[in-house]
Formats: sequence, C-alpha cells, structure tokens
Amino acid sequence: MAKLDITTEGDTHVVVTRHFAAAPEAVYRAHLEPALIQQWMLGPDGWSMPVCISDPRPGGRLRYEWASEDGKGFFLTGEFVELTPFERIVHVERMHLPDPTPDNHIVTTFAAHGTGTLMTMRMTLPDAETRTMMLATGMEHGMEAGYVRLEALI
Amino acid sequence: MRSFDIRLDTTFGALADPTRRAILAQLALGEATVMDIARPFAMSQPAVSRHLKVLEGAGLIVRRIEGTKRPCRLVPGALDAVDDWLRQLRAGLEANYDRLDALLAAPRPN
Repeated sequence: MAKLDITTEGDTHVVVTRHFAAAPEAVYRAHLEPALIQQWMLGPDGWSMPVCISDPRPGGRLRYEWASEDGKGFFLTGEFVELTPFERIVHVERMHLPDPTPDNHIVTTFAAHGTGTLMTMRMTLPDAETRTMMLATGMEHGMEAGYVRLEALI
Repeated sequence: MRSFDIRLDTTFGALADPTRRAILAQLALGEATVMDIARPFAMSQPAVSRHLKVLEGAGLIVRRIEGTKRPCRLVPGALDAVDDWLRQLRAGLEANYDRLDALLAAPRPN
C-alpha cells in the first residue's frame, strides 16, 4: 500500500505516487513547512538539510541545502506557482550541482484515499534528454527509479 | 570512483535518446543486423549506424563481423552500473517517505 510507484509518461514526464496513512492536510503541510521538511527530505542515510527556506505562496521562493557527513553538499532552488491548501502544490525547481539543471515543473496533489492520502507528483522536464539526466543524477531528494532500465529493455 | 562516474555519464548519455532505448529493447530479444534494426524506425541505415556507434562507445553493445554484415548484441551486465545507481537513488526516495510516515505517525507538536 505504501509502495512507491515511479513511472514515465510520454517523453518528458515522470509520475511518482505514494500512499500515506495520514490525512491530506498533514501530508500537504509536511511538504511545505521547513521544520517538517528538514526531518524527512534527506535522501540516503548520512545526509541532512541544514538550510530549508519555503515560502509557499505564488511567486514565493524555496531553497533546500543538503550536506553529507563527509562534507559534500548541493542545493535546490525553486518558486511556488500556485497552491490549493491541502490539495495541490504547483512549483518549479532546479538542482545546483553546482551548475543549475533545467527547470523541473512539478504538480503535486494530495487526495483523500480511505483514511489516508494518495500523493501524486507529476514532473514535466523540458525534453527527454533532460529527463534521463535528471533521473541519472538523482534530481530532487535522491529520488528516481529502476524503471529507466525497464524502459530501455522492455 | 571517478572512472565509475565517467562510465555512468557515458551510459546515461547513450540512454538519453528514445531511439537508442528502442534499439536496446530490440537487441534484448537477440542479435540483430543494422538492417533488422532500421526496419521498425523509418530511419536510414547511416542514421541507425550513428546510434549504434554511440551504444558501442558506451559499452552497451558489441558488434561482430559476419561476411559483409556486422550483427549487434547487448553486452551482458552492461547496465549493472546503471541498475546499482538507480537502486541507490530509489532507496533514497523510499527512505524519505519512510521517514515521512514516521513523522506523520508521531503526535503533532502543535
């Protein structure tokens, strides 16, 4: 039930779905409030997020900075586009590795599902190559999937 | 580690093209000649050959000589580095959401 599902759509989309046992309001807030984000959006073990700026209103900025125990780091910047409380977040983001990656346009929805929430994150990249490179470099918070191989071989 | 990264860059660069992924998918079914490969793509043989060169350079396929033909096949295990990398990345995301589960299950501070 809680299984992470990652698929591609067309040449430029990536869709991530995940079920949570909590209500949409709680999951929505955990994606916007720095004190909450800093507790979970950390990627692999050994990483922390010392800086988290999130100003959730249209045009508001976001900036996440990650640091590893062995002194490595990178950051992400973005802007919020549109917010529907507890239902939907639209934002644009890019990684800095340190050169900025092309913009990733993301619509995240939080739908009541049983007593929990079904979260769907739909990403749109400028082109197929960017999508592959994004998946390859780990994009936002160390995500991505083994489906690239699936796509390559099936 | 550095050479592993460079190798991954080359591999992902080769995979970053839908035609090349489709060629790999076809080769997953078995060895094929340039002509076999070009057929479903409405593409000239030189165009296909260019893609094959990229795949060969990335170590994803090998070609042998058989008379005038040069059949291609997948290199076994060539995508293992990609698999390992993607597994690691997926694990990072799963770790995120597992932490979020725990956070959501904890009593709310306010």
